[in-house]
Amino acid sequence: MIALHHIACTWNPELPDARCASLRRRAERHLGLRLGGLKHVSVYAVRAALDAAQLERLAREGLSDVVAQRVGIDRLPDGCAGFASFVLVGKLPGTTDDEGLSAQRTLHDLLGVPFAPAPQEVFTSDLWLFADALDAATLRRLAEEELGNPLVNQFAFGPFADFAWPVPEAEPTAAPTVETVSLEIADDALDALSKQRLLSLDRAEMKAVQAHFRDSQIQARRRAAGLPAEPTDAELEIVAQTWSEHCKHKEFNALIHFVDRETGREETIDSLFKTYIRASTEEIGRRLEAAGNNWLVKVFSDNAGVVRVDRDRLFVFKVETHNSPSALDPFGGAITGILGNNRDPLGTGRGGATLLFNTDVLCFGPPDSAVPLLPGQLHPRRVFAGVRQGIEEGGNKSGVPTINGAIAFDPRYAGKPLVYCGTGGILPDNYGGRPAWEKEIAPGDLVVLAGGRTGKDGIHGATFSSLGLDKHSPRSAVQIGSPITQKMLSDFLEVACRRGWVKCATDDGAGGLSSSIGELAPLAGGSEIWLEKVPLKYPGLQPWEIFLSESQERMTLVVTAEAAPALAELAQLYEVEATVIGKFTATGLLEVSHAGRPVAQLDLGFLHDGVPRKHLEAEWTRPVAPESAIPENLDHGDVLKRLLASDNVCSREAVIRQYDHEVKGRTVIKPLMGPAGIAPQDAGVIRLSFDDWRGIAVACGLAPRIGDLDAYASSACAFDEAVRQIVSVGGQLPEPGKLGESTFWCANDNFCVPDSVYDAATNPDGKYKLAQLVRMCRALADLARAYHVPMTSGKDSMKNDFRAAGQKISVPPTVLYSVAAAIPDVRKTVTSEIKEAGDAVYLLGRTYDEPGASEFQRLFGAPGGRAPTVRPEEALPLYYRTMAAHRAGLIRSSHDVSDGGLAVALAEMAFGTGLGLDVDLAPVAESVAGGGIPDAPRRRLAALYSESPSRFIVAVKPENRARFEELLGGGATRIGATTAKPRLRVADAGRRLVDVPVAELERAWRKELLA
Amino acid sequence: MKAVRALVLTGFGINCQDELAAAYRLAGAEADVVHFNEWLAGTVALRGYDVLNFPGGFSFGDDLGAGKALANKMRFCRLAGGRTLLDEIADHLAGGGFVLGICNGFQILVKTGLLPNVGGNFAQEVSLIVNDSGQFEDRWCHCRAERPARSPFLKDVDVLALPVRHKEGKLVVRDAAIRAAIRERGLCALRYCDAAGAIATDYPALPNGAEMSCAALTDPTGRVLGLMPHPEAFLSIYNHPDWARRREAAGGNEEGEGLRLFRNVVDHIRRNRP
Repeated sequence: MIALHHIACTWNPELPDARCASLRRRAERHLGLRLGGLKHVSVYAVRAALDAAQLERLAREGLSDVVAQRVGIDRLPDGCAGFASFVLVGKLPGTTDDEGLSAQRTLHDLLGVPFAPAPQEVFTSDLWLFADALDAATLRRLAEEELGNPLVNQFAFGPFADFAWPVPEAEPTAAPTVETVSLEIADDALDALSKQRLLSLDRAEMKAVQAHFRDSQIQARRRAAGLPAEPTDAELEIVAQTWSEHCKHKEFNALIHFVDRETGREETIDSLFKTYIRASTEEIGRRLEAAGNNWLVKVFSDNAGVVRVDRDRLFVFKVETHNSPSALDPFGGAITGILGNNRDPLGTGRGGATLLFNTDVLCFGPPDSAVPLLPGQLHPRRVFAGVRQGIEEGGNKSGVPTINGAIAFDPRYAGKPLVYCGTGGILPDNYGGRPAWEKEIAPGDLVVLAGGRTGKDGIHGATFSSLGLDKHSPRSAVQIGSPITQKMLSDFLEVACRRGWVKCATDDGAGGLSSSIGELAPLAGGSEIWLEKVPLKYPGLQPWEIFLSESQERMTLVVTAEAAPALAELAQLYEVEATVIGKFTATGLLEVSHAGRPVAQLDLGFLHDGVPRKHLEAEWTRPVAPESAIPENLDHGDVLKRLLASDNVCSREAVIRQYDHEVKGRTVIKPLMGPAGIAPQDAGVIRLSFDDWRGIAVACGLAPRIGDLDAYASSACAFDEAVRQIVSVGGQLPEPGKLGESTFWCANDNFCVPDSVYDAATNPDGKYKLAQLVRMCRALADLARAYHVPMTSGKDSMKNDFRAAGQKISVPPTVLYSVAAAIPDVRKTVTSEIKEAGDAVYLLGRTYDEPGASEFQRLFGAPGGRAPTVRPEEALPLYYRTMAAHRAGLIRSSHDVSDGGLAVALAEMAFGTGLGLDVDLAPVAESVAGGGIPDAPRRRLAALYSESPSRFIVAVKPENRARFEELLGGGATRIGATTAKPRLRVADAGRRLVDVPVAELERAWRKELLA
Repeated sequence: MKAVRALVLTGFGINCQDELAAAYRLAGAEADVVHFNEWLAGTVALRGYDVLNFPGGFSFGDDLGAGKALANKMRFCRLAGGRTLLDEIADHLAGGGFVLGICNGFQILVKTGLLPNVGGNFAQEVSLIVNDSGQFEDRWCHCRAERPARSPFLKDVDVLALPVRHKEGKLVVRDAAIRAAIRERGLCALRYCDAAGAIATDYPALPNGAEMSCAALTDPTGRVLGLMPHPEAFLSIYNHPDWARRREAAGGNEEGEGLRLFRNVVDHIRRNRP
């Protein structure tokens, strides 16, 4: 038996301990608990054969900070006496312990042996010591709510006298077995089987599997291969994973019977994806091609969409969601979300793209929610804090700048948050003359599994995310990401791909090897996998678990037998495990074995095309939602401050500061800019290299609450928002007749909707929800065609419901558009904040009386009424004129008008500039249109607070006014000027509505969003 | 004339190697980006390089304390001849070479004892611990250079605007003797200040709570420089959050202030070539 030692480190008592300060703050705010004396100790449990000198050196030089820390070996450090209670937080067996692994590296460096990650020899835990004698219930709350999460951590707590060193559990071992599962059972037993094994297959799908295995030819082939007539556990799991909603998008490909009660029309939609998303993009592709334009390179068919930057470079862009895992363990869910999404660009084409930026769009319940929690539900504040930290660690530690994003709050996100992670990357045009965006595989090529080791983590992620959440959701679906493992993998992959050794790369994400091999095998015509070769984190995994594991930071590479030795040598240098685990064949089969024993043999045709088509019902009735009554004689200065302080408008600085938005040294428009670095911006802009000035602008559009009035308007407004933010910074939309000159634009659509499959008992409004989705897709197609902006990739997440205690919390149907566009010269882009006193200020675009879903209405209760409408026939000509003014360099500052309307946008442009604005809205109010002729007070409110899309506020130097006005025609309304006096003054025909120091507005806006 | 050559390390979570290499190239030097293990395996030797660079990033994910795990490698791992990488650096310095560490690189230099190295024996004398805010923060700050500059990187530099992007940047000093040596020998090469150059004592102008408001250290020879702010992230004016107005004020000059440090050291090396 190898000895177990404990090394404990704590900060010198005279130094502040930020972790203790943070816990003290949170305990008081969240639990109403004022903590007395507090100490944090890092504990390393080391199970290794060490002599006394080695142990001493490991502790003092290797693990502790000789200047700032005290250390104890097999005892607590000095200064840990006199405490009354303790909480010890360790990791559940099998959970990622990166710090333990890094300590293990130091141990192996010290011993002079090559690093080996398994077996695990160093285990970390956090020990918290409290001077107060806290009772068990309090300690448990501290442990489970503030210091860890029972889904990933194990805890010990109690009186300090009871403290005992943690003893890592030995991993259970089990002999590998392959079970046979009988499908020759009654239909309701098939349902039960699907549920019990977390297969997420409905009865029709179970029957299809049953029928396949009854086929006599299949049976004969199985006999020959030594497999049982009925499916093995692995086969059933592979089919369930491949056919999961997550992987197969069955609802987006369903036949939908759509009834429109508003028009009385009925129709059948043959796949939302084909009808709206693919058809519009293909049409745009044909237009581009006709104009001699070839920037649209690869859409929908790979891990990320591919467009062309120039002769030598391609841009790859993908946005994913990680909602269900983030609901269970917010930190783990978000960090694996961002790292997992990073692997999509890395695994596009032959692989090895250089990551350029991340975007993050997050939807949470209100952070100060007082609604009692359902069993298994985490408070929105905890979800927000954990997700924020996950994105910080995932993005920052990967060296990828987070350059754009958004946060939206609504009580309906309190069950399942939405966590959208986007990543753009640059792929070379070719590797040694072979197109880098193409995946190429031939029979005989080898399957290499590279990166992290495989464990039980994340099993059933693909099938689980296809279900609603409840308190029985599998905890194996929760895992913690390892940014360092992935960074080392991506460094290695980039070099290996550039040397031409990799024919194809793909991510091992949801569904694990089953998914990656399943998707690659058809490119060659078959594949054979030898599971005993897969490096494991610990023994005891069953063959099906190895194949289905969703352990993070792994990628599957395809290499020729000739290139394999060189690849292995490079992997060794980079300390990345890269193991040959199989080969490609031409048999038409996916064949899996473990140490020579057959585990699975599935026909690729059946696997990919055997899933029965879904038939769904949709029925649209326009919801009726009255407007709020607005009091007369409002103090608009006060209203503006309340708007600025609302959750959906207030400053995101506290979150943004904790994301690195400028690593790589090329971010030109960051989320916050200006002299004080606090003015919020529209699109993010990043330069591609240090050798030229080309760049990319990226923006996100999201308007879920408009969907309460009209799902079409919600989707159209979201699309317009993303596009106009890029136009705002100087992006140039493709123009008809000029398409040949244009540079690329590409969009990702990400739908996150509640369960939209009608069921009289469990989902009675399912038909309406599906109709909302249909209308959102129609808006996508209409706007994409109108603006000539193709979708190049996207993803849907269909079951965003949380069920517990007989209640259901469903997200509002939400679509995020993430749009990226080429910027030929980043030096010509424009930021939002005003630059100098005396500039003329204009509103571009028309304001409508459409107050529905506005932040202003929300201040007064129900935000009903007419929804904001995108009018492409007005918006597009305005965008073209605005683009011309940008090209001529006439726009000095530009900010799009969005949440809160014009008043909020004006205030934001002044933040941190030391300047002010003086405007009169009379010309805007006079021209407010829509729904008959509104009266003067209504027109004034619309001018101040309407959230009509397709509008900008711009500042123009006085000497450029004439040229600017000529270019904009009637699209620009001059409303005032920037001032040296730092006040925001807004009048209507001379009548003062707002006259407030900018500093006062800024104070309201910079509230603490997350305690 | 022989080119000035910079070796820029990468791997194990280092992630600012490209902008650091670009800084040297823009300053007229040659820069090679080399994986840490190529240096450790002896396939790339330090000989022939003028400046060894430890870029920013998160080596080993900041586990064990920022920079610690990589510093351990430099102390513990042995090259083929039985020497450590720290021995190699000692030779490089003795031969007139320079060492630069930025952010995570600075943390590594501190934890290997290369900075401030008042005692000359590479014992750790200071540390960089978690910011008083407890948070990673990305924000622009101002720094004032110690005059006269001991490090050629900072020759004639007065006040610089640079971004800080770290969680562990609070400098703490082992004892009064080291503190006195740092002060008396002018080893605190940059101090956080306000826009006018007055030394910052409060957050956020002092972003991390560092002792002496210290943002950078040199060793007594001036050949080793480590700093928390990122000069390689201000190579062009377009890095600055207020670039639109700065560009107008600069009369169209598009160079960032951070590039000056690299021009300085490249000029210094050129001028002092035998």
